[in-house]
Amino acid sequence: MKDVTESYVTADGRTIGPVVMEMKNITLRFGGVEAIKDISFDIREGEIRAIIGPNGAGKSSMLNVISGFYVPQEGEVWYKGARRPSMKPFEVAQQGIARTFQNIALFEGMSVLDNVMTGRLTHMKTGLFAQSLWKGKAEEEEIANREVAEKIIDFLEIQAIRKTPVARLPYGLKKRVELARALAAEPSILLLDEPMAGMNVEEKEDMSRFILDVNDEFGTTIALIEHDMGVVMDLSDRVVVMDYGKKIGDGTPHDVRNNQDVIDAYLGVAHD
Amino acid sequence: MATPQERADGPQSVPALLHRNATKYANAPAYREKEYGIWQSWTWAQTRDEVEALALGMMDMGIAEGDFVAIIGRNRPYLYWAMMAAEMCGAIPVPLYQDANAEEMAFTMSHCGARFAIVGDQEQVDKIFEVQEQLPQFEQMIYLDPRGLRKYDHAILKQYSNVQEIGRRTRDQHIKALEARQAKLDYDSTCVMLYTSGTTGKPKGVVLSNRNVIETAKSSSQFDDLRQSDEILAYLPMAWVGDFIFSVGQALWTGFCTNCPESADTMHLDLREIGPTYYFAPPRVFETQLTSVMIRMEDASRMKKWLFDTFMAHARKVGPAILDGKPVSQWDRFKYKLGEAFVYGPLKNTLGFSRVRVGYTAGEAIGPEIFDFYRSLGINLKQLYGQTEATVFITAQPDGEVRSDTVGVTCPGVELKIAENGEVFYRSPGVFVEYYKNAESTADTKDAEGWVATGDAGFIEESSGHLRIIDRAKDVGKMADGALFAPKYVENKLKFFPNILEAVVFGNGRDNCTAFINIDLTAVGNWAERNNIGYASYQELAQHPQVLAQIEAHVEEANASVAEDEMLSGCQVHRFVVLHKELDADDGELTRTRKVRRRIIEEKYADIIAALYDGSASVSTETEVTYEDGRKGSIKATLAVCDAKVVPASAKKMAAE
Repeated sequence: MKDVTESYVTADGRTIGPVVMEMKNITLRFGGVEAIKDISFDIREGEIRAIIGPNGAGKSSMLNVISGFYVPQEGEVWYKGARRPSMKPFEVAQQGIARTFQNIALFEGMSVLDNVMTGRLTHMKTGLFAQSLWKGKAEEEEIANREVAEKIIDFLEIQAIRKTPVARLPYGLKKRVELARALAAEPSILLLDEPMAGMNVEEKEDMSRFILDVNDEFGTTIALIEHDMGVVMDLSDRVVVMDYGKKIGDGTPHDVRNNQDVIDAYLGVAHD
Repeated sequence: MATPQERADGPQSVPALLHRNATKYANAPAYREKEYGIWQSWTWAQTRDEVEALALGMMDMGIAEGDFVAIIGRNRPYLYWAMMAAEMCGAIPVPLYQDANAEEMAFTMSHCGARFAIVGDQEQVDKIFEVQEQLPQFEQMIYLDPRGLRKYDHAILKQYSNVQEIGRRTRDQHIKALEARQAKLDYDSTCVMLYTSGTTGKPKGVVLSNRNVIETAKSSSQFDDLRQSDEILAYLPMAWVGDFIFSVGQALWTGFCTNCPESADTMHLDLREIGPTYYFAPPRVFETQLTSVMIRMEDASRMKKWLFDTFMAHARKVGPAILDGKPVSQWDRFKYKLGEAFVYGPLKNTLGFSRVRVGYTAGEAIGPEIFDFYRSLGINLKQLYGQTEATVFITAQPDGEVRSDTVGVTCPGVELKIAENGEVFYRSPGVFVEYYKNAESTADTKDAEGWVATGDAGFIEESSGHLRIIDRAKDVGKMADGALFAPKYVENKLKFFPNILEAVVFGNGRDNCTAFINIDLTAVGNWAERNNIGYASYQELAQHPQVLAQIEAHVEEANASVAEDEMLSGCQVHRFVVLHKELDADDGELTRTRKVRRRIIEEKYADIIAALYDGSASVSTETEVTYEDGRKGSIKATLAVCDAKVVPASAKKMAAE
């Protein structure tokens, strides 16, 4: 195990930085149900970190803890070297954590561009009044934000649907628009909740390419949940495996693949 | 800034024209591209500076006179500049099809022995690296879009902007040599080399001189009165001769502005925003647009549909006559004006054709209904006939003499002659220099007096002097009973039905004709949706009994039309198969310009052809397909073989008597 404060270089030449976020002994309960049981793991700067596990393993709950939507009953979240107090999701977003959702949560009636622009909200400083007059500072700000949004539209190759209402788009494109909105926030950590769910092979390949490119071009740290094992093993640097709320494996895709507990969980050995 | 010697009879090379424009039209827009949602533009003076910076940078990289520089990517100002920069250095640009696969690219690049490649993005870089071992002369590559390329080994890779920066920095060192090289360029020096798509065999490199390009640009610009204020949209493959002539040749000669779309997907949006005044599209593009208009009208409200139908009927009646300046009654004119306000104007605006002054289509025959539709809207759509070897222009239709079944009169400076077997020959200042490293083919195509065989069979209509093309000369054959067999003639009739995307007719040396049909997924899919017909795949839709019945009706209608021509009535389609996959250039079934490759299709689908002639009612087949990324797979299918009614030629004759 590498030291948490040191950087290292991967086989394909990417530099992975020190630990940026750490989960310490997280336990999350919903009434009598323990969704997450005493889980600890860390996320390094610039890496692609996957959380996998069978249905109901607690993956989405874990992601919701990271994004601040759920507050765990026990345990601590450490972010950039400090313990994170319990905060509202928008405060977490302001800290540079952006996410996408398993069941797409876009503004269906708005155009793709407007949706992407909402991702810039955390970067807007002028008030409602100035923005409705759209003069001076507010105008400058919008132009600057639009530029960022356009670069992301170009990056994700969705220029042709810039002005199309989201409701008219097919599923695969909606997923890409959601990624665009998350990227517009220029996050330091990007959380992806099943980015390839329900996609065909070609769409999955496209999405994988975009995820790798985002990580490569912007150096964004990515934590993702995914069902498709092939995709996970190809994309991620390190994988956390969960089953019934417990962590049963953590390491490189190679390690995880050869972990007997993981094999059992996926092949369905009886739990006693 | 020193410009190369301008001769009394005008600039003699592409770089000389660029220098002329940089002075003459210094502040007029030369190139525009939409990027990050905004149209960015460069004036002629800026263009010259950009081109020169790149040329200087390439001098620094050691480019030599006579080197070949492969240019690969989608239409972008930077790549047009790359071609001009190569020319400045005395090198020869070779634009290649960006969707060519790695093997095709290996062939062309090794055939010309390209030392440099200037490419658009990572995809092209990857393809060249894949075949690098087959390219002993290849040395360095310049790329435009750095995305995904950061971790690549940059030993032989350079970013476009870096090369320009080096060029600007080392200007003093190289400018003398660069100017000397430009001064050496004249009418006889090579301007560009373009690979023909090759309906048969390997692609051939057509060498075009500055004389070919500039003379052609000059005379064709005069023919259509092209102006400096014109606008075009450059969206057709850069490797195609037409794009080179429009976006480089004519653009430089007249000084008009070339606009590049943001991406291939946004072409129609960008077309609408730019509103070009001079527009070219192959028939397929017009066809697709018409199909989409018709589909949307089907879904429109009743009032709108009524307006559209009423005024379109009127437009079809008088529109073309008004366009040609023929007498039309005052009432009809008034009604047409009304239609312009309600229907034609808004429709043209939506299509992006509001400002089109000169529109051309070529490459394939266009359906008369499609052609008339656009002309009736008041769009001056015309046909031209040309080929790479002629630097495009052989014949074109002058304003006021436009018909869907001819390809027009000879362009200025072009002579035509028809051989005994019907093959069309021409001679013009645009006639190519040679096929590169292929003296044999050059001699086969071009004789000592400069006459070039087009490979097309046709005749000159006596009443109008217009040329009419029947088919490829080598495709015209004889049926078993000696009757004339012209597959293209029948295929075109079939393809004019919106439901039919592609058709291939067989029958050379046989008793009767049969056909392969590809359905048009947009049109048929929309029909299925409106009629609540579910389907899981292209294959399933293609074999749906109701689809087959519709296609059968189309084939029979086409047969009736073919039967009217006594000479060709033997070409009626007796049996046909609706194919389970679209014919595709990736599988080698079409050329990159989407022309049918008969021999290959005949070999590949021999089993289906056999079934067409042995009377069986269905055929099971397995076909290999190539995916976009080069992997191969296969499709299995059982196809119904359908019979179509034919009109007995003899019976028709008797009825006529």
